[in-house]
Amino acid sequence: MTVSATIRRQPLTPLWLLLPALAVLVPMFAYPLYQLGLLSLFEYGQPQVSGGEPARFVGVGNFRALFDDPTFWTVLGQTVVFATGCVVVTLAVGAALAVLLTRIGRVARAALSFAALTAWAAPAMTGSVVWSFLFDSNLGLVNEVLGLDGYNWFYDRSVAFALVGAVVVWHSFPFVMITLYAGIQAVPASVLEAAALDGASAFTTFRRVTAPILRPLIIIVVIQSIIWDFKVFTQIYVMTGGGGIAGQNLVLNVYAYQKAFASSQYGLGSAIGIVMTVILLVVTLFYLRALRRTGEVL
Amino acid sequence: MRKPLALTALLAVALSTAACAPSTGTPTDSADAKTGTLRVWLFDEANRAAKEAVVKEAVAEFTAAHSGVTVDVSYLATDTRAEKYKGALNDPASAPDVTEVGNTDLAGFVASNGMADVSADLKTWPEATDLPADLVSTVTVGDKAYGVPWWIGVRALYYRTDVFTELGLTPPTSYAELVTTAKKIRAERKDMLGIAVGGLYVFGALPFVWDAGGDIATGSAGGYTATIDSAASKAGITAYTSLFADDICPAQQCVDLTGGGTVEAFAAGRAGMGILGNFNRSAVEAGAVKGRYAVVPLPGAKPGSIAPAFAGGSSLGVFRSTGHRSLAVEFMQLLASRKYTLKLYDAMGFVPAMKSARTEVITKDPQLKPFVDTMEAGTRFVPVDKAWTTIDAEKILPTLLQKVITKQATVDAAAAEANTRITAALGK
Repeated sequence: MTVSATIRRQPLTPLWLLLPALAVLVPMFAYPLYQLGLLSLFEYGQPQVSGGEPARFVGVGNFRALFDDPTFWTVLGQTVVFATGCVVVTLAVGAALAVLLTRIGRVARAALSFAALTAWAAPAMTGSVVWSFLFDSNLGLVNEVLGLDGYNWFYDRSVAFALVGAVVVWHSFPFVMITLYAGIQAVPASVLEAAALDGASAFTTFRRVTAPILRPLIIIVVIQSIIWDFKVFTQIYVMTGGGGIAGQNLVLNVYAYQKAFASSQYGLGSAIGIVMTVILLVVTLFYLRALRRTGEVL
Repeated sequence: MRKPLALTALLAVALSTAACAPSTGTPTDSADAKTGTLRVWLFDEANRAAKEAVVKEAVAEFTAAHSGVTVDVSYLATDTRAEKYKGALNDPASAPDVTEVGNTDLAGFVASNGMADVSADLKTWPEATDLPADLVSTVTVGDKAYGVPWWIGVRALYYRTDVFTELGLTPPTSYAELVTTAKKIRAERKDMLGIAVGGLYVFGALPFVWDAGGDIATGSAGGYTATIDSAASKAGITAYTSLFADDICPAQQCVDLTGGGTVEAFAAGRAGMGILGNFNRSAVEAGAVKGRYAVVPLPGAKPGSIAPAFAGGSSLGVFRSTGHRSLAVEFMQLLASRKYTLKLYDAMGFVPAMKSARTEVITKDPQLKPFVDTMEAGTRFVPVDKAWTTIDAEKILPTLLQKVITKQATVDAAAAEANTRITAALGK
């Protein structure tokens, strides 16, 4: 009797073990997500929140309004291009500096690490404000030095995006650099020595030995960077004054903020939130699938 | 066995959460306690001490007349006041009893069920007859009054007397003269803007639209129709945006200026002219151009005409959730009374809303004349509709202006887009 009872109870054991995680995830993640989904089906603004008018069920009306808005598609396209650019540049800069770190002397390494860590530690808000001061059209140091008095760095869409992108990269490359540097340091010397004995060139060693060993790390920093850069908010909001001239520098997160909070259209804002969640989930799933195909385990 | 169990659990979860569908805050109606603390919200100002002194005097008078009553005044920072108001609308416990309201915000607050209807109280208030009708309409939604106009502000054309004298210029009396004067200034003074205008300065642009016979929307509360893409409106937009030329106010420098930005530019001596309010005089006096400027009404297209100004200013209202309705109304009336609006004028230069008080300050201060002339030529207002909050927050009009200024779109295309968005906002 006791034996069969144990067997019967066993299938439930994994569920019990999941409980602590669920206890955190359900109230912190699932419930807000559920509310977000629910709100996205209502016309829900300030009058509804404070009880001046009843919340009206509009079904997919918010989504239809969103997809019919040409601004949304422009913003979505801009966000993808901007985020991709930021990810590529962040990884390139981070990786290049990580390799540099392994090649330079102790003092230079300490100086570079310190500079990078300072950029990393600077709050996004502070960094953005300081950079805006530097590039101010009338009083900025950059225009002063370059003799470009009166040149407005935020006038042209691409120039403004490039400048904000530089700040995003400045804020996020240290994470990539430190992580990859740690990874490179962890490559066993014996493996590299074996490769050298086999007559492998530096490039082959990197391609066939170092890169495969670093692979899990690279995957992590890529996913992290995609998620961060897709959700960038502070730099755009602060530096371009809420989305740039005529909204030309809006990205999805700032657009959602403008719709949801600045103009109190919480229903529509929730719909944008749902769309963003779906996009990021799809990106992550694609990535995980690609990983499984190459036989990598996270 | 396990599957149905999980399903039941899921269902149970779904059912229990379905009970939490978007809640609507419970509208709280006013109570009427006769003692306790009256909470008052007023706007912070650059020179708040002067405003505070006047308010303190009013509070002293009020508490002397009502025993057991204290008045707690908070000053809201302009930048973050929208958040404070959202909090007040959502939670009666964090709402004030009496509040200052920017006159364009009032309709949105009324739609959000935030303001108490004070129509009856105004009927029994002897001083109410002294309020001009065009200002009362800025606090009226439907046929109910939700506040009292407190002070008004209009914008006019500031110009640099020293620069005008040196260049032999006279103040412009028509739009065409405004353009030629501005060009002359910039041609002779390379580091100066001919006239400081801003792509984000909607209240600087609207006089041009109104002067051309256009408007944001026409109609009355509940029945507005967007008209920003009418031929007249577009003519006005063209008139304003053509000031953003390299030989007047270069787009690179001016496209992202706000109204405040143009005040700064003029006060710092970086502009020959500017469209500033009577409420900006203290800021200009504190700047580099102190004593070297004068003011005339902003000219319209027709020589000698005055472009209609936006009737800016502030109102006072009572929050619907107040626990001291009578006291709150009484305090609002005290602050809005002739006596205290005159004191406020002396302290801050805010022109009183009341007709008799206005006449009095004009005789006292000749510098006010251009502003009063502008007021008397007739002022205009934005739609008194909750949609204004959306139109404002979505930056529909600045986007229209900036698209035209940066040549991202033609006036026709940008105005058509803005018209669609305003129509959508009005339809909600």
